[in-house]
Amino acid sequence: MSDSAPALELRGITKRFGDLVANDGIDLDVRGGEVHALLGENGAGKTTVMRIVYGLTHADAGEILVGGRPITVRSPRDAIRAGLGMVTQHFALVRPMSVAENLALGRPRGLALDLAEAGRRAAHASQRFGIRVDPSRRVADLSVGEQQRVEILKALSRDCRVLILDEPTAVLIPGEVETLFATLRALVADGLAVVFISHKLAEVRAISDRVTVLRRGKLAGTVPGSTDERELARLMVGRPTFGVARPSDGPAELASPVLAISGLHARGPGGLAVLTDVALEVAAGEIVGIAGVSGNGQTELVEVLAGMRRPTSGSVRVDGEDVAGGDPQRMMRAGIGRIPEDRHASLIGDLSVAYNLVLERLVDFQRAGRIDEASIRRHADELIERFDIRARPDDPVASLSGGNIQKVLLARVLSRDPRVIVVAQPTRGLDVGATEYVRSQLLERRAAGAAILLVSEDLDELLALADRLVVFYEGRAVGAMPRADVDLERLSMLMAGRGAAA
Amino acid sequence: MSRISPWSTPALVVLAVLITFVITAGPILVAGANPIEAYVAFVVLPLTSQFTLLEVLVTSTPILLTGAAVAIAFRAGYWNIGAEGQLLLGAIAAAGIGTMVGGLPPILALPIMVAGGAIAGAAWATVPAVLRVRFGIDEVVTTLLLNPVALLLVNGLLHGPWRDPVTGFPESPRIAVSAEFPTLVERSRLHLGFLVAVVVIAAAWYVLARTPAGLRLRATGLSPHGARFAGINVGATILGAALVSGAIAGIAGVSEVAGIQNRLTGGLSPGYGYTGIVVAMLGTLAMPGVAVAAIFLGDLTVGASSAARSLGIPSQLGAVVQGVLLLTTVALLALRRHRTRPSNVADAGPAGTVDSAAEVAT
Amino acid sequence: MTFLVDLLAATLRNATPLVYGTVGETYAERSGVLNLGIEGTMYAGAFTGFAVAWGTGSPLIGLFAAIVVGILAGAVMALMTVTFGANQHVSGIGLTIGLIGVSEFANRLIFQGGELQRIQPMPTVNPLAGAGPLGGIFDQYGLTWVAFLVVVPAAWWILQRSNFGLEIRAVGENPEAADAAGVDVTRTRYVALIIGGALMAIGGAFFTLALLGSFTLDIIAGRGWVCVALVIFGRWRIGRGVIGALLFSLIFSLQFRLRILPEFAALPFEVLLALPYLVIIGALALSGRNVAYPGAYLKPYRRS
Repeated sequence: MSDSAPALELRGITKRFGDLVANDGIDLDVRGGEVHALLGENGAGKTTVMRIVYGLTHADAGEILVGGRPITVRSPRDAIRAGLGMVTQHFALVRPMSVAENLALGRPRGLALDLAEAGRRAAHASQRFGIRVDPSRRVADLSVGEQQRVEILKALSRDCRVLILDEPTAVLIPGEVETLFATLRALVADGLAVVFISHKLAEVRAISDRVTVLRRGKLAGTVPGSTDERELARLMVGRPTFGVARPSDGPAELASPVLAISGLHARGPGGLAVLTDVALEVAAGEIVGIAGVSGNGQTELVEVLAGMRRPTSGSVRVDGEDVAGGDPQRMMRAGIGRIPEDRHASLIGDLSVAYNLVLERLVDFQRAGRIDEASIRRHADELIERFDIRARPDDPVASLSGGNIQKVLLARVLSRDPRVIVVAQPTRGLDVGATEYVRSQLLERRAAGAAILLVSEDLDELLALADRLVVFYEGRAVGAMPRADVDLERLSMLMAGRGAAA
Repeated sequence: MSRISPWSTPALVVLAVLITFVITAGPILVAGANPIEAYVAFVVLPLTSQFTLLEVLVTSTPILLTGAAVAIAFRAGYWNIGAEGQLLLGAIAAAGIGTMVGGLPPILALPIMVAGGAIAGAAWATVPAVLRVRFGIDEVVTTLLLNPVALLLVNGLLHGPWRDPVTGFPESPRIAVSAEFPTLVERSRLHLGFLVAVVVIAAAWYVLARTPAGLRLRATGLSPHGARFAGINVGATILGAALVSGAIAGIAGVSEVAGIQNRLTGGLSPGYGYTGIVVAMLGTLAMPGVAVAAIFLGDLTVGASSAARSLGIPSQLGAVVQGVLLLTTVALLALRRHRTRPSNVADAGPAGTVDSAAEVAT
Repeated sequence: MTFLVDLLAATLRNATPLVYGTVGETYAERSGVLNLGIEGTMYAGAFTGFAVAWGTGSPLIGLFAAIVVGILAGAVMALMTVTFGANQHVSGIGLTIGLIGVSEFANRLIFQGGELQRIQPMPTVNPLAGAGPLGGIFDQYGLTWVAFLVVVPAAWWILQRSNFGLEIRAVGENPEAADAAGVDVTRTRYVALIIGGALMAIGGAFFTLALLGSFTLDIIAGRGWVCVALVIFGRWRIGRGVIGALLFSLIFSLQFRLRILPEFAALPFEVLLALPYLVIIGALALSGRNVAYPGAYLKPYRRS
């Protein structure tokens, strides 16, 4: 046990998924007492390498050393024993159970469950690091920020020396980010090593001592935390910025709105309000962006527009016709094209590309009571060509890459020339090329006069595409602003639920 | 020359059969017989004479129908485990109608009886199907619980109103001669029910593979959410599949009454509804597979009952083979799914839900 | 009065196998696995218990053998659903078909289809025999006492108050979270299924070793499926499942006594026998949509 050895060291970690090399010989060293950022775009391999460290995935090659000693990690249990802790992006918490039960889970133990002991540990940690959580509450009833604190407590209560956080700020509002950073500073002051996975440059600069940048599965370099944003961006992307941006001209026509939502209310499980008095309009040739931290009603709004959720009251008009409460067929007939965030669940993975492309309109592809296989085939060939889908018509959709799956959905929707397009997180998890393609397609539709409602958690995406922004907070539309007037400070206040009156 | 993949469906099913034979060699040895000799008796011997060959087809008839019934429901993602009860209701209807149509020529009597049995089977399937579609109540439990109820209904009729007034045996009165299924081959038991089963299988194949309704049903079974999103009425599709499934199982009951027993008896079905599950899975939920699997199991059943006499192996071995066969088949299907479709971490879908509908079919 | 004492005594007696089965199925389902092998496991428990007790002359050795068979049945179910990730519905049905087949096969080999064999069933115990007219209610088999006084409280305590129970609930609710917390998901599910299988087999053995003293081919007659329904009826809680078992058994015992009344003579007794099944389907229907299944119900777990 030499003090000079890094708390965590990786040597040549390599991981392949089929043809895709997710990690290609990654080296990394993290010292006790530092926040070490792992920076990279979506799909750069940040999460994969840390899942390997924590035993959630296995490497094809490479070595993991903790405190200078090589360790074998077959499962999270081995990682925990070696003093590693990880807060994954989707929290690994059992929601119907209490905080104390979650803390007690998996700890070395006797026969009887000792929830009091878990409570004592929680109290101890909250004293020492300023992490506040009530151990008797049910996880499902906690806010996202509180759940994250439970995750950190869970790692600390197992005496971890290296804490890995995967995109911890993605789910937080700005105020909560400050609290998190204060906690992280207290942890490193105590000698812990923190690995902070992120793709946000400002945050990385604000919190980290050193930054390791990954680009397309390869190590792009390790630099001090004080490195300027432009340099970090260059390391991360390998080139300055995305090439797609909204043209500066205003909406093509500013006539009456094509999509008009007013007084829309909806309830979730347990009767909780998920949408409250939502009103918004989208004109032809306009992209309206919905900003907000995830879980503030955006998903439910898209579900209502897709015909997958019945609102409790309110109207949804397309060209004046009220379709609120309609089923998917009704929404499609009204001219709404739907591209929700869960693209896997919106297609049928085990059916072929060709069938998926016609599933919304089977009536157009039948002859004398039979499926018209020949015309389905022609249709598929045509769309595969037009939307540059890298697949054969007979391939099951599930065998495609994420970008191509999104293109199938895009082709199915756009080939019907919808008047209204409702699209959520259209580029999440896609590589640079596919991202650019999807964005350019949306802009092309805008130019052709479609009314587009774009939900995204990626502010850069909203700023690049939208004509206007509407902020969602706790199921309400709390503020709207033309893109030209966007003030980032005000935007984040709105997203945090403050300053709605401004 | 392309090599046959060891994970191709026919290879996988043959492998399941071979593994099953290895496992069931244990009980055969315990019974004091030679497993090789036993398997020859089970599989090969029934195919060597015209009489036993026709018996194989007779035995296959009810499980062709229950196999098709189960396969259609499973393809829609509806776990109908109640084919046994639905079959019994079809049998009750046939026994009842069969005694009343004596004045009609067979050309009228038989269709009425088949339709009556189909309606009775579908009716028995309605309650669980409606509970599932309207109230989200797990159909597995309700269809299962209705099986013993159907058997009690049969026994209640046989001990009550339908008890044979002359002998006092728990058997219903014999159905009218014009309601009996004619035999297809002279001096054999092969009856019209076999032809009905073949027609049903062919029709089911056509609908599933070639029509929009069939595609909607498959899509619903593979992903109810994705199907609903694409505008398919998932509830109606499931309800339709459940009722068709019940109707086909009901026809199996008609076939046994009109073709074999000519009356309702307590031992009408030695578990044909459950065997239908084995047939459906072994046939990987596709109609050609169901046909082959049903005839194979018919072959085994005929073989097992003659081996009981010739080799002293209790014929109950047939049920052991069926159970083990079902287990090895679903195990291999699951392994194939994990092998050929590794989850892609970079873009993983909803956590690895495994569904038989998805495992076997595209 | 005698009618009431008899009825309540019969209710406890007839509830016993359902209590074992329901608690066993609860363990399986709380860990995330629907075990439809329960019908076959109870059947095999009933047969094995009887055959071994008949061969050795000791019902206790028979009970032990039944437990071993139950453990094996649970292990096979775990192999199918946990290790292979096979479909749970079909695996359970396959297990049931196979276990009933093996039992009947062995029954044929051992007893040659001859006349019905009997064993001396386990005796009843009544510590409250002298306690007035109601004492008769407590004239029960040892396995009934064990079910209500040992198995139910212990099963509840383990599930709700022990570390292992916490692990069972966690792997059934969110295996990813349990795995990340260092819980061995595979091992936990195996153990839960094995405990469940052993309990189901005891429930089956109760019929042959205590209640009847003989084995017949329709001995379980769908009671395993009843237990699966009782687990849902009880919302995966031990206590509520046991209450469900008692209610089912009360109706079952009541119809048995109604049969002999002249008012019901015209009715075939099968109609009354079907009553408890219909009542439980009705109860499930009324419990409605809001049933919260365990989060990982029917889902195999596999690390990516």
